[in-house]
This record gives sequence, structure tokens and C-alpha cells, in this order.
Amino acid sequence: MTITSAPPETPRPKRRVGDRVFAGSTTGAGILILLVLAGVAGFLMAEAWPAVTAPADQIPGGDGLTGYIAPLIFGTLLAAVIALIVATPLAVAIALYITYYAPRRLAMAMGYVIDLLAAIPSVVYGFWGIATLAPALVPFYVWAEEHLGFIPLFAGPASATGRTMLTAGVMLAVMILPIISAISREVFSQAPALHREAALALGATRWEMIKMAVLPYGKSGVIGGAMLGLGRALGETLAIAIVLSASGGITFNLISSSNPSTIAANIALQFPESTGLDVNTLIASGLALFVITLAVNMVARWIVNRRADFSGAN
Amino acid sequence: MTVTGTQSATPGTDAPPPHGLVRQHRSLPRLAPAGLFGLGAVAGILISLLTGFNPVLAVVYTVVLGTLAVYVVARSVEGTRKAFDRFVTCIVTSAFALAMVPLVSLVWTVLSRGLKRLDGEFFNSSMLGIVGEGGGAYHAILGTLIITGLTAVISVPIGLLTAIYLVEYGTGRLKKAITFLVDVMTGIPSIVAGLFAFALFAIFFGPGIRLGIMGAVALSVLMIPVVVRSSEEVLKLVPNELREAAYALGVPKWRTIIKVVIPTAIAGLATAVTLAVARVIGETAPLLITVGIINGTNVDPFDGRMATLPVFAYYQLTQPGFPPEYAIDRAWTAALVLIALVMALNIAARLISRFFAPKTGR
Repeated sequence: MTITSAPPETPRPKRRVGDRVFAGSTTGAGILILLVLAGVAGFLMAEAWPAVTAPADQIPGGDGLTGYIAPLIFGTLLAAVIALIVATPLAVAIALYITYYAPRRLAMAMGYVIDLLAAIPSVVYGFWGIATLAPALVPFYVWAEEHLGFIPLFAGPASATGRTMLTAGVMLAVMILPIISAISREVFSQAPALHREAALALGATRWEMIKMAVLPYGKSGVIGGAMLGLGRALGETLAIAIVLSASGGITFNLISSSNPSTIAANIALQFPESTGLDVNTLIASGLALFVITLAVNMVARWIVNRRADFSGAN
Repeated sequence: MTVTGTQSATPGTDAPPPHGLVRQHRSLPRLAPAGLFGLGAVAGILISLLTGFNPVLAVVYTVVLGTLAVYVVARSVEGTRKAFDRFVTCIVTSAFALAMVPLVSLVWTVLSRGLKRLDGEFFNSSMLGIVGEGGGAYHAILGTLIITGLTAVISVPIGLLTAIYLVEYGTGRLKKAITFLVDVMTGIPSIVAGLFAFALFAIFFGPGIRLGIMGAVALSVLMIPVVVRSSEEVLKLVPNELREAAYALGVPKWRTIIKVVIPTAIAGLATAVTLAVARVIGETAPLLITVGIINGTNVDPFDGRMATLPVFAYYQLTQPGFPPEYAIDRAWTAALVLIALVMALNIAARLISRFFAPKTGR
């Protein structure tokens, strides 16, 4: 009797202390990230607000906040787009070469080298840009002005120092090349071996194997890598501050020595010597940069998510 | 009997020789493509020499003609598909070679210019009271190590735990929100992170504040998402079968993560963390805004400006004073030391991951 009247023992899953602590701390870390990001947006807005409400003639340049930021936004986008156009095909080629063309032992070494290059600091790229790249590109600018001058991009007059928007773009491309190619290489090398071998067994050439088995698998990875590269190119600061000879204004002329500056480079150049409302104006321009990168990331994320089913990792 | 009859009859009926029906598999000798490309390249260089030498155009001619030579010959000998394969090989290899040029040039420039001042004095003295010759980056190297160390102490636990949350625990809205915001954070430009740290501290301590810890906070904003993103990718690659096997054996979840998931992924995690450290160790812009620069040595990140290697290099190059050459030499050496630090970190990561990586199939 006593046995039957006892409440049936439902086997509750045992919550272990370790599990609870671990789950709690990981969740806490995740939430902390939300707070940090909210903090970034919040503090920037708080510090940018005085510049937004200030009368137009007190903003440096005298054209109001929009007039101050618009050329900078233009310069930022122009440099980043040049970089992305130059870098992405090259990066995919590097990744393909290392994963499927190079001799195996050489490929390992190449992979290391590229990884090392991804970590070279931007200020060093700036040094290289002004000391080596800019002078090396001057003959090309002279030639381009002479033969391609009818295209507005190369209208000239060609810069004698080479410190032009195109130099900045090419330098950014070199900087983001290792990033994009490192990520592309990673996803290319993870393309399922069975698919690749099946393609080869059916008589596909190496290119056909890559086209059918590797590229569809790696596409979202390449886009993800390009997204990271674009993010770095948009926010790149000191390399551009060192290399670009900026004079403001909006122009598509890539090879002259009067170029629009970029938001980040402008902040780096002006901030240490600024006080009062100038600081608020610079922070407002930083907020604009933040919004732009946010938008770029959201679009890129949307592209990647569309293809998420194809990507690896599941 | 009929069988033998037909057999003897077949040679007569199969009058056209078999090689007319069977597809020929002719292929170029092994070294032929390289040789053909070389011929095209020589022609390209000749053309560019005749029309006035210009490095950019010479490269273009070389690649176009070399590729064309290989494609045409391969097409006539091997057929369309093989030829296109060789065409792509040429393009990929040329693009690779082209991309390596600036990277090699960068390393060469920094080495050749930086070795000049790579001496004992550079590592032993600060810039206190130095005008012109001499001086070093002792204070800056120390500052960089302290600030980067602080950054890693802040970022690595937060980053790794968040990655584990996203892969192992996260569900529903919160996971989506965190994933999305980490992506957003990945794209935060370094200068904006610097502005954030400045704004944060300026509200509490007033404008004009410069502290080492501000730099560490700014760098953490940059480092955390890098750690999260890359460790998340690595953790996701751990096959679910391993986790399920552990659960089936009755192992609790947290022990599964610590004993199965993380050891499997440790190589990737080490690479992720080290690459993240290597990325922030050279960040200049946020430190320029938050930490500033001084000439003397300051090892207390909670008290006043500090010198850091990248900012030191930047100011030595852009504001060299007079005579400029000494400061510019110091700047290049600082750049070289910075690269060496980054490389050392990377190699260390490789070694760690090599020793801890689990043996896998292919």
C-alpha cells in the first residue's frame, strides 16, 4: 500500500553545477557584447550631439556638418571600392593557387607566409606605401594621363609624388589581400574531398573540378572574406593618413595630387590637435563611418546568409 | 563453328582502323606549358622594350602573351577543355605571382631600411632628452607589451566564452542578436573603437584624458569580435558525431565541451587567438587617440600617457624634427620590430597548434 501511494518518481534531468556555471558564464559573455556595442553607439552619439546641434558656421569649414562630412564619406567609399575591385580577384587566385595548383610542400609554406602578411600592421603598410609604392606608380600615372586621359578617372594632372587616391586604393588592396585570401583558402581547402575526387574520377579537368566542386562550396566564404576586407578598407586609418595627399573636395580623378580625404584618416590627422567643438565634429564623422560600416556589414551578412545552407560547418 | 567463323570474319568487317573511332588522348609534355609561357613572356618583354619600358605594361604584355601561347598550342594539341584548364592555370598562377610582388617588396623595404638602427641602443634607451642621433624604443616596446597584454586579458575570456555560447548553448533570439552584433563589431573601424574609448573615459574624467587602459579598452572592442568570429567557425567545424558520442556515454555537456569539443578545436582556437593578438598589437589609430605618446618610460597603464611602438613609429616618420634622417631611421626600425613581434606571435601559434592538434584523417 505504502509503495503504491508514494508519488511516482519522475526522472528529472539532473542540473549539474558545472553545467549551470558554464552556461551562465557563456551567456553572460554574449550579453556583455550587446552592452559594449550599445555603449559604442551611445557614447559616440552623446559626444557627437554638440556638433549636430551647433550652428553651421561654427563647424570647421563653415559649411555645416553635412558639408564637412560628405567629401570625407565620398573619399572613404572611393578608396575602399578601388581596393575591393583590385583585391578580390587576386585574393581568390591566390587561394586557388595555394589550395589546388601549387606543389603541396610549397603550398604549406605559402599558407604560412600569407597568414603572416595578414597581421602586418597598417602603419607599416603606410610606410611602404609612401616609400616604395607611390614612387613606383608615378611612371604609370604619367603614362595613364597621356594615353587614357580621356577617361575622367585618369584626367590628371598626374601627381609627381604618387600620393594619389589610386595609390591609396592599391595600397589598401595589398592590405586586404591576405585577409580575403586567407579566408578563401580556408573554405576552398574544406571543399569535400569526395566531391572533388568524384569530379576528377568522372574525367573533369582541374578547372572543371574547381568550378563544380570547390567554388559553389566556397562562395559564401569568399564573400565573407571580402566583407572583412571591405570593413578593414573602410576603416583603414594611418596607412591612408600617411600616403594620401588630401585637399578635400569631391573628385573622381584618381591620379592627381588633390584628393578627398577619408573619414578615418581625417580623424587621425586632426584629433590630437583638436579641442572643444572640433572634437565633437570629428566624433560625429566617426559616427558616420560607424553607420556606413554597419550598413555594409548588414548587406554582406544578408548575402552570406542567403547561401548559408551551402557553406561548410554544418 | 559459327563462332570461329564470325571471329575470323570480324577483321574484315571492321575495315576502318580503330584509331578513327577512339578519341585520341594526346597531351603536352610536362614542361611544355611552362616553356610556352616563357616564350610568350619573352615576347612580351621584347614588345615593352621596343615601345619604351614601363613595368606595369611589361607585366600586362607578359601575362597576356604567355597565356595566349599556352592556350593556342594546348587547344590545337589537346582540345578545348584541356586548353581551358591550362588557360585558367596560367591566369591563377600569374595572379598569384603578381600578388606576391607587393608583399615581397614590403618585407624587403622594411628589412633594408630597418636594419640600419637595429642595435642595442634601440632596445635599451627611451627617447627621453634625445634630439637627433641615438635614442630608442625601449619605452614604446614596453608600452605595447603592457597594453596588448591587458587587451588579451580582457578579450580572450569574453571572446572564447561567447563563441562557446553561440555554438553550444545559444538558441533563438539572443543567439541571432549576438551573432549579428558580433558581425557588426567585426566591422567597427579601429578609429571608431578609439573614439568610443575616448568618449567613455572623457565623460568620467573630462576631455584631454590619456591613459594606457583606455587603449586596452579600445583594442578590446576590436579584438573580442575577431576572437569570437574565428573561434566560432573553428568550434562549428567539430563534427556533431563527436558531441553525440560523448552525450551517449553520459558525459555532461560542460565536460563534453571541455574534454571533447575544445581539444578537437584547440589548434584552430590557438590560431584564432594569436591572429587576434597579432592584429591588435599593430593597431595605431586607437592608441593615437587614447594613449598618445611620451618620450619617457611609463609602465603604469592607469596613470597618464604611454608610448607604444606603432604610434612611436608613426610620429617618428611624420614629425621627424630636425635633422630628419635619424628619426626616420628610428621609425623604420620600429616598423621592423613591430613586424618581428607579429611574426614571432604567429610562429608561436603554429608551433602550439602543431603540438596540440588532434590527428585527423584527411
